[in-house]
Amino acid sequence: MTFDQILFYCLAAIAIISALMVITRRNPVHSAMFLITTLFSVAGIYLQLHAEFLAAVQVIVYVGGIMVLFLFVIMLVNLEVVSTERRFNKQWIIALIASAVLLVEFGYVIVRGGKSSLLPPVTGPAQDLTRKNSEQIGLMLYQNYMLPFEIASLLLLVAIIGAVILAKRRLASDK
Amino acid sequence: MSEFSSFLLGTTIKCIVVIAVLIGAVAYTTWLERKVVAHLQIRWGPSRVGWHGLLQPIADVLKLLLKEDMTPGQASKFLYVLAPLIAFVPAALSITVIPFGNVAHFGSQTVRFQITDLNVGILFIFAVTSVGVYGVALGGWASNNKYSLMGGLRSSAQMISYELSLGLSVVSVLLVTGTLSLGQIVDLQGGRWFGIIPKWNIFVFPLFISFFTYFVSAIAETNRLPFDLPEAENELVAGFHTEYSSMKFGMFFLTEYINMITVSAIATTLFFGGWHGPTFGPLWLRGILPLFWFVSKIVAFLLFYIWTRGTLPRFRYDQLMAFGWKFLVPLSLANVVLTSLVVAWRA
Repeated sequence: MTFDQILFYCLAAIAIISALMVITRRNPVHSAMFLITTLFSVAGIYLQLHAEFLAAVQVIVYVGGIMVLFLFVIMLVNLEVVSTERRFNKQWIIALIASAVLLVEFGYVIVRGGKSSLLPPVTGPAQDLTRKNSEQIGLMLYQNYMLPFEIASLLLLVAIIGAVILAKRRLASDK
Repeated sequence: MSEFSSFLLGTTIKCIVVIAVLIGAVAYTTWLERKVVAHLQIRWGPSRVGWHGLLQPIADVLKLLLKEDMTPGQASKFLYVLAPLIAFVPAALSITVIPFGNVAHFGSQTVRFQITDLNVGILFIFAVTSVGVYGVALGGWASNNKYSLMGGLRSSAQMISYELSLGLSVVSVLLVTGTLSLGQIVDLQGGRWFGIIPKWNIFVFPLFISFFTYFVSAIAETNRLPFDLPEAENELVAGFHTEYSSMKFGMFFLTEYINMITVSAIATTLFFGGWHGPTFGPLWLRGILPLFWFVSKIVAFLLFYIWTRGTLPRFRYDQLMAFGWKFLVPLSLANVVLTSLVVAWRA
């Protein structure tokens, strides 16, 4: 095994183990910490693929933004009260049905898709060495994937406005 | 020696030197702060240990090391110990991509005065510093103390709010320079206009606005006065580190000062030409002078930090949030648009 492979398996193992820890810990703060570990190891895998921009953005957006908000909410909720209440993670039947459906779907795609689902061989990262990774991503986003990019930003805008309106309404009813 | 092992050796030596210098600098920044604030308030400041209190930082470190290390009974042990580390490590990491001098030649070896020049350098700094929030938030939560929790909550809200305008103000610099690598950003700032004005980014048309938004948000990011609500001592005892003692407290303390130095170093790199400055004299002096300019610019920023601390009163929390979201974020957004227009017009 090359050094790269060893590194990959380490990162992958950390990602999977901490993902398991996220759903098995009882304390939500610990779960959040393990989710952060998962996100970090995924960022490490991006780095191995020479996607430096993606790795940095992964850490900035998920670890630095979204997970801080998660933790913020968890810390505001009174954990001692929550731990005595009924938990919503004992829904075996629904979970079983959902995962069975997903398994059938995946199986169908893999069997029917045949060879078309095989990924093309990786031709080596950053073939175009004259352009840097972040430059390539920028060109891709604003030339080839302009429409999806704009749709995604529109979706986020709608979500922001929705959040503001929800918060506003509650304030008005308080008065 | 193979290329890899010589790279490893060189980088290790650089890391050790940089960290040692950084920690020394932190110690003497505390001395500088106490001395300058004291003189601003017409006091003497530390004056007993050594000449003008110059040995005071060493005495302080010894005192911190010898203090009893306590853990509150109901604290979440693991996270309580982890929090100062999470705060400290990112702070120390972010210094690695900052260029602090020109390329120098020692015999056959070429040494770059920068630990590593990542092509996403500035993003790396943002990624790493955004992790530092967890140290503060978790420290506050794990102490199981209401004051600590409030401090932790306040600071995480404050840090993510001001990170927006911090990031946006850097975008304008990136628009002008067209690169994410800090080494290249500094290289682009060499030379002069009309033989007098240095080609620093601060003198490029709309960038003084981004410098303003950058530095104000940076003060908020480092939890310094007038934005030091996470540790507002007259409301929250000491905020998120109320329960911490001994070296764990020392680490939070160290982190705050390292962050101040990092922020000043980034401001120098992005807006004030990094290590550029007049060089003259014999060869050895030409090698040393860039370092000297870089350090003096940082010291100037630190003095400004201390001056603000000695001058301004603290914000109220709603004022802080309103200032961040309703003034700084729109201003830096408008600045990004303005800079793009200027760049497009020039192209």
